[in-house]
Amino acid sequence: MTVVTPSSAGPAMRVRGLEKSYGKLDVLRGVDFDVARGSIFALLGSNGAGKTTTVRILATLLKADAGTAVVHGFDVATQAAKVRESISLTGQFAAVDEVLSGRENLVLVARLRHLDDPGAIADGLLRRFSLTEAGARRVSAYSGGMRRRLDIAMSLIGNPPVIFLDEPTAGLDPEARIEVWQAVEELAGHGTTVLLTTQYLEEAEQMADRIAILHQGRIIVDGTLAELKRLFPPATVEYVEKQPSLEEIFLAITGGSDKRDTTGTKS
Amino acid sequence: MTAYFLRDTAVLTGRTLRHVTRSVDTVITTVITPVAMMLMFVYVFGGAIDTGSVAYVTYMLPGILLITIASGVSYTAYRLYTDMKSGLFERFQSMPIARSGVLWAHVVTSLVANVLSLVIVVGIALLMGFRTGAGLPAWLAVAGILLLFTLALTWIAVIPGLSAGSVEGAGAFAYPLIFLPFVSSAFVPTETMPGPVRWFAEHQPVTSIVDTVRDLFAQRPVGDDIWTALLWCAGILVVAYAFAMAAYRRKIA
Repeated sequence: MTVVTPSSAGPAMRVRGLEKSYGKLDVLRGVDFDVARGSIFALLGSNGAGKTTTVRILATLLKADAGTAVVHGFDVATQAAKVRESISLTGQFAAVDEVLSGRENLVLVARLRHLDDPGAIADGLLRRFSLTEAGARRVSAYSGGMRRRLDIAMSLIGNPPVIFLDEPTAGLDPEARIEVWQAVEELAGHGTTVLLTTQYLEEAEQMADRIAILHQGRIIVDGTLAELKRLFPPATVEYVEKQPSLEEIFLAITGGSDKRDTTGTKS
Repeated sequence: MTAYFLRDTAVLTGRTLRHVTRSVDTVITTVITPVAMMLMFVYVFGGAIDTGSVAYVTYMLPGILLITIASGVSYTAYRLYTDMKSGLFERFQSMPIARSGVLWAHVVTSLVANVLSLVIVVGIALLMGFRTGAGLPAWLAVAGILLLFTLALTWIAVIPGLSAGSVEGAGAFAYPLIFLPFVSSAFVPTETMPGPVRWFAEHQPVTSIVDTVRDLFAQRPVGDDIWTALLWCAGILVVAYAFAMAAYRRKIA
């Protein structure tokens, strides 16, 4: 059902002059960016910078006041239904049904996407996200990390070519954050285009091919990590005794994944 | 996407119905208030109210059933509010489905949950001495009117469910609805009320519905009351639906 003909070989997303205001508050004041197919694009910005507003417009949940946005070749304003066939949204809070079990949540989404054999799809995703054991339990008993994993798993059903992740690691503990990072990287490995928003430069650095900084309703910087680094003042060498961060202590004690680079980049 | 409207709505209704069957306490809570009122009125105040030859429980049951519906729909608002807050509503709206199916699923679930509560309340009333000689057509008419009333109140419940800022706010709309039967013919004949109160009681929707249901149970001709009752229900339904749709459009692009 979700076979959407990728219209032309253009970028996965093209956003031009996007504006949105709530009353007198101008949230977006002309946002422009492109996202290449199969890439991970990070929209970086502080609270209230307009990240969520941008994502909601791209996911056809909100209408822009001005500007255009094309997702997977479809205009969000005039071809909203086509856009919805091409995307999946993982919002700021894990949008899972607490009363249902993890498996039932997955089956529900598979049914709504009119896929054959929802049960098999659910079981496959439970395995892939290490939720098989918890699959039959009600989601209300899940930890924050498990909820997020389930949330992301729900977004993958039907293999939408474009996925939005709005602050996917907000409120998660360090271990759960790493799990999410791994899940996202795996996604992009399969050719899915990912747009994620985050408040943390570190997170954008970990995952993104390209980073755009949204500030006061405009994109002020847009480039690869290397390009961004060239914009920073030249590094000065200082000798400072390195104290372990709480996160490093936590991971050392709990034996969490050592996949992450722990030298830390403070800006 | 309209081709999938029925299928998507059925899938989503299955989900919300599980919310009802997995939290039976919501059905019990819905039923407790009207049953407690029934006990109070029948065994405490009832003796002081003159309803002629009819047993008081039989006299008051129609009003109690309306109170049951009014308290039942507050859970509809609550369930919808929870979907809004958890982000599930947005998740569904961003999927390639018949978008309005999300609302209809809540509406259908509201009807089912209320029918369940009504059956329990009628059962308890029977234990307490409620009797009727009404035949199948009269029962069907009663069921039809109560369903229409439930549908109208459900669409009222959708409005705070979509737009409330807090759980308390989402449920608060039900209090005046629960209170309305008290200023009607539900518990005492309106003739005993002072002028302005009596005027209000005789011209508000609950009285016509209560009188119609009461007449149907008593196998009396229903007269014009049934048309007034149906008009009220239809009117509330149309207005509530319009406001609910306006609230819905404010939430989605």
